Amino acid sequence: MIGPSTNSTDRHVVIIGNGISGVTCARNIRKKDSQTRITIISGETAHFFSRTALMYIYMGHMKYEHTKPYEDWFWGKNRIELKQAWVDRVDFEEKNLIFSDKTQMQYDVLVLATGSKPNTYGWKGQELNGVQGLYSMQDLELMEKNTHKIQRAVVVGGGLIGIEMAEMLMSRDFPVTFLVREKNFWDNILPVEESKLINRHILEHHIDLRLETELEEIIDDGNGKVKAVKTKSGEVISCEFVGLTVGVSPNIGFLKNGNESDSEKSTLELNRGILIDSYFKTNIPDVYAIGDCAEFKNVPAPDRKNIEQVWYTGRMHGETLAHNLTNRNSVPYKPGVWFNSAKFLDIEYQTYGFVPANIGENEDSFYWEALNGKACLRLFYSKSDQKLLGVNAFGWRLRHEYFDKAISKGYSLEKVVSEIDKANFNPEFYKPFHYEVLKKYNMEFGKTLKLQKQSFFKKLIGSRS
Amino acid sequence: MNIIQRIGLILFVLGLAIFSVLPFIGSYQLEQEMVENEVKDIHMDAMVEVLRPMYGQYYESNFAFISDFNKNFDNYNEELKAKEDWDNVIWDDYTYPLTKAASTGPVSQNPYFYLAITVCLGVLGGLMYIFPLHRNKPEGIKNDGIYFSSMKARGLLGIITGTWLIVFYIILYWFPAYLTNLILMVDPLSIALSGNPASQWFLYGFIYTLAIVVMGIRMFRKYKGNAYQTIRTASVMFFQLAFAFLLPEILVLLNMPWHDFKNIWPLDYSFFYDYRIDGMLNSGALGMFMLVWGIILIVLGVPIFTYFYGKRWYCSWVCGCGGLAETLGDPYRQLSDKSLKSWQIERYMIHGVLVFAVLMTAMTIANYFSGFAILGSATDQLHSAYGFLIGSAFAGVIGTGFYPLMGNRVWCRFGCPLAAYLGLVQRFKSRFRITTNGGQCISCGNCSTYCEMGIDVRWYAQRGQNIVRSSCVGCGVCSAVCPRGVLKLENADEEGRINEMPIIIGNKSITVKS
Ligand SMILES: Cc1cc2nc3c(=O)[nH]c(=O)nc-3n(C[C@H](O)[C@H](O)[C@H](O)COP(=O)(O)OP(=O)(O)OC[C@H]3O[C@@H](n4cnc5c(N)ncnc54)[C@H](O)[C@@H]3O)c2cc1C
Ligand code: SF4
Repeated sequence: MIGPSTNSTDRHVVIIGNGISGVTCARNIRKKDSQTRITIISGETAHFFSRTALMYIYMGHMKYEHTKPYEDWFWGKNRIELKQAWVDRVDFEEKNLIFSDKTQMQYDVLVLATGSKPNTYGWKGQELNGVQGLYSMQDLELMEKNTHKIQRAVVVGGGLIGIEMAEMLMSRDFPVTFLVREKNFWDNILPVEESKLINRHILEHHIDLRLETELEEIIDDGNGKVKAVKTKSGEVISCEFVGLTVGVSPNIGFLKNGNESDSEKSTLELNRGILIDSYFKTNIPDVYAIGDCAEFKNVPAPDRKNIEQVWYTGRMHGETLAHNLTNRNSVPYKPGVWFNSAKFLDIEYQTYGFVPANIGENEDSFYWEALNGKACLRLFYSKSDQKLLGVNAFGWRLRHEYFDKAISKGYSLEKVVSEIDKANFNPEFYKPFHYEVLKKYNMEFGKTLKLQKQSFFKKLIGSRS
Repeated sequence: MNIIQRIGLILFVLGLAIFSVLPFIGSYQLEQEMVENEVKDIHMDAMVEVLRPMYGQYYESNFAFISDFNKNFDNYNEELKAKEDWDNVIWDDYTYPLTKAASTGPVSQNPYFYLAITVCLGVLGGLMYIFPLHRNKPEGIKNDGIYFSSMKARGLLGIITGTWLIVFYIILYWFPAYLTNLILMVDPLSIALSGNPASQWFLYGFIYTLAIVVMGIRMFRKYKGNAYQTIRTASVMFFQLAFAFLLPEILVLLNMPWHDFKNIWPLDYSFFYDYRIDGMLNSGALGMFMLVWGIILIVLGVPIFTYFYGKRWYCSWVCGCGGLAETLGDPYRQLSDKSLKSWQIERYMIHGVLVFAVLMTAMTIANYFSGFAILGSATDQLHSAYGFLIGSAFAGVIGTGFYPLMGNRVWCRFGCPLAAYLGLVQRFKSRFRITTNGGQCISCGNCSTYCEMGIDVRWYAQRGQNIVRSSCVGCGVCSAVCPRGVLKLENADEEGRINEMPIIIGNKSITVKS
């Protein structure tokens, strides 16, 4: 082995990727360890920005500088070196990075946090001008160019980025046709009621939503630019812009450069992502992977996937690896109760725990929907002991702390329903939903539960609980 | 933009344009009896003589009139000053009342007409533009295109608007004589309300109130579906209209001192000035109530309400400066500086002004009780320094004129001594906080961007930490714009309010303390 290894203080930790996972890792190493030299490399932008806010730049809610979670002096002050460059190849044997301009950098410890890239499925015409995915700042700049004076845009793929792209285009008053393969929007993740609630909301925004519609090919205008798309059913929709948002996969292309030719010990094990154990270790000593690009050999928990491509997990990966790199006692990655959130146009979505799209035999769920059809709550529980397993909420902000406890401690459905006001996180003066929820529960289950009444004084001082 | 909105915009710009040129039309002619009506008895003889060359002269513009007036007046004063005859120098400024009296232009003949084609036209145009806003759109955040807007993102329109406001404030505070036409046009309204002709302050209060009402309606449109924003906006509209505008004028009608019951020292920095105290003491039971009420607000109202609700109970629900910032200023909220540096500057400045106001008031009170034996002229000088620097230049010119340049809360953030006092209570003894919802923050930055007080909300939210900051006025917009439901303004038990070492929920491997 060349140079000092993981537990040496006089070492150079190099992180490829300045996204949430890489940056969280760097920050937390620095907090524990003032010696280690830390370098973060990214070709995308000079500074860390919030990828989740890309849409808001296009929509004019913010500018790029607003999406940077830390001011530019932060990095110098914490002695985290930044380098904007693309890594072309990694020489694991020599612990050396080779950049696209052929310069090199030595590392002692390498953290791969290279994120994802948009999927494409080899559609005819996907390379045409005006056709693109959305992941990086460069993609956003391209989208700015590609959507100059267009008549219609088509977005392909009914996932989270798809609906964000549709919203972005709508904000500039471009008519949008939204092709979704599934029967209802995102119904591989959401139960049908929730999916339909979002269907309605998409239509309310005058987005031309086409369910159960698949892309066949993208048609050239003769000059290498998109002119229309053709669906599997043969319909041709003319458009000048096509957004391809059919998921993302780990960004590991550059790691394949010259990877196989070396000896086995210095060949990085890749599958869909970079293969790691529960300590984020790859097969090569002193090389780790975190965030979107990492693939666990064994799932971190029964309800988890091998590849976790969300902001929050990237953050937790970064925290945990930083702990392991600065501590004698390494800990395996053990995520707690799952949580996630998103916003579909104007409707916010939060989920805690596990709620499947299709409910199995041993579980059941209690579902309530507001009269106007723009808010709902689903409590998913196990039939045998009535314990809460997960919750979906739309148009209703819920308290993370409450559900983290309710699910990990296994509160009963009844307990949760009867104190649901404690979990309310909507702003003050909003119409409370908990009376309606309780009423529906009482009706369905033949109960007479009542919410605890608040005293007038407590109401006056706006006291929680 | 639909056709009604387009017409509305045109009418508004037209009204504003006429409003802006109106001060420059009309003619002026001074007569001796005007001087006799407007000038204090002790200056009567001198002034009648000084201005004699002007009587019966016809002036085509206020520039000509005011410059001639100044020439005569200054000649007189300079001579006395040269002779060091200080007792006879006239320190009072009669430019404004005499210019107003001498005005013979069309405005004094036809005030209603001019009011209609300026202010009323502007209001009508504004409402035509505002009412159809976001029509047929679902409830939600309406921030599309803000950073592409020349008006809202410090573009040319923003700079022009800021310049206009700055110039307007400078004229209003220091050269009101040039505004006589505008003041004449609101005379009938002032007379109807208080029985007195209008002053520049009446004109200002009138426009100010209209701005809050009209732009408040815009808030209803923009934040449709957000109950907190709607109720809060209705509250500032009510307090401005009833407490700051109508009630004080009615008090004057009843021969009481002009008094704004919701204004609190030290924002109301002249509350303890001798003429105010005397005014209240000489006005019977109601005057006494004003004094006692004012003191109760300072010593009990601020701490108690701030303990239960945070400083928002005042700053974004009641206050007039806050009211203007939250309505007229709302389009500019994103322009406040969020850097750590600006926070450091803010703390020095706002607490500096608080110290200044407290010292000045302490001296004023000491002076009052010692019967002006000590520090008499020093107090006067302090008063005028404070009035000039803080009361006018900072609160007015910078506070509002800089809306389109540095955001809508420049005064509240860097200068207001009452905000500093409320803030100290809020920081150290209050049930109010903005709760961060566990680990849900995605660091997008909407909250920080739209914080008018320049708080880097995200800094706290992404660490899972509650936001407890003395400057937070509780406008609730961070919570509104957050796309992940992370922020909630709450009053709750003090325990757990400040979490110095927060833990983000979700990771069972380790507990990372941020
Ligand atoms: C539009 C959009 C919206 C999203 N919204 C949400 C959301 O609301 N909630 C949520 O939980 N998740 C969301 N996600 C997913 C989330 O952003 C990602 O899971 C997260 O950013 C991944 O972080 P990371 O640190 O693993 O990688 P990244 O943030 O992708 O960072 C990797 C960096 O490494 C750089 N890099 C890669 N290879 C090289 C190389 N060879 N040389 C130099 N640099 C390199 C890349 O350019 C990139 O800058 C969204 C993603 C997108 C695209
Ligand atoms: S707006 Fe919400 S999600 Fe975005 S940074 Fe602020 S708290 Fe986090």
